[in-house]
Amino acid sequence: MTAYTATVTVRLKRGVLDPEAETTQQALERLGFELSDLRSADRFEVDLDAADADEAAERADEMAERLLANPTIHDYEVAVAER
Amino acid sequence: MVGVTVAVVQFGGSNCDRDAVRALEHVGVDAERVWHEDGLPTDAEGIVLPGGFSYGDYLRAGAMAARSPIMEEVRAAAADGVPVIGVCNGAQIGSESGLTPGAFTTNASARFQCEPVHLRVERADTPWTAAYDEGDVIEVPIAHGEGRFEISEAAHADLVADDRVLFRYCDADGNVTDAANPNGSTDNVAGVLGERETVAVLMPHPERATLPDLGRSTDGAGILEAFA
Repeated sequence: MTAYTATVTVRLKRGVLDPEAETTQQALERLGFELSDLRSADRFEVDLDAADADEAAERADEMAERLLANPTIHDYEVAVAER
Repeated sequence: MVGVTVAVVQFGGSNCDRDAVRALEHVGVDAERVWHEDGLPTDAEGIVLPGGFSYGDYLRAGAMAARSPIMEEVRAAAADGVPVIGVCNGAQIGSESGLTPGAFTTNASARFQCEPVHLRVERADTPWTAAYDEGDVIEVPIAHGEGRFEISEAAHADLVADDRVLFRYCDADGNVTDAANPNGSTDNVAGVLGERETVAVLMPHPERATLPDLGRSTDGAGILEAFA
């Protein structure tokens, strides 16, 4: 078994309204920053032991499917690194 | 009706469970609160997923409660035809657990909104709406920060084709307009049916519009009468 960290990034699908991001962008603009857009995402770092990187990624993928992301509104990606 | 016992499932952070019991008793339905860890009573003839902030809305509103063991029992009961309704946080739990399609997420205003709204009854031939006529306008309050109904285009087309929209936000005259949409919900959807008509979720609070001494409307009583 090898120790891995699987990083799961969950973000809203393109086209799904993100009122929190819009509010954050407005706050940045009030502070004088110039920006053309802002998107937010949630990142989960999952430490786990697996036989190989593929297995670690597969398990993190299932975590995203079953809890970390809501497929109706979210896309997600998984990246695995040895820890 | 005596003999009908409705289980109002209480999670840590639920806060409309007592209101639901009071409102159900007012319409003559025997109801009791059930702590989620105690499991569903075998004789439950109806289930209410009440409002509140279960698990502090961690991750997403309803996400944690939807994965709790009692929800497996609720899904099984729903599949057996036991009437199930989710209100507000209960609606979020219902959609997160796959009982109903779509998702409820952050209001377009990015604010928590607590206000009376009008709903158009889109189906009158379900247990939840037998007290109304199709097209009736009822006044029921909302109180949520994450009530914007989101659904993929394809799933929305199916929802409409299958006639599973139960309530839409509308103005006092029943017009479904952007101005009458409090939270940016897709197609003004306020409540939907599950695969069975005995399963429904809605963001507005019928239990807050049932007791005559509580406020301006008792229009929500008809929804709870489904259990009578």
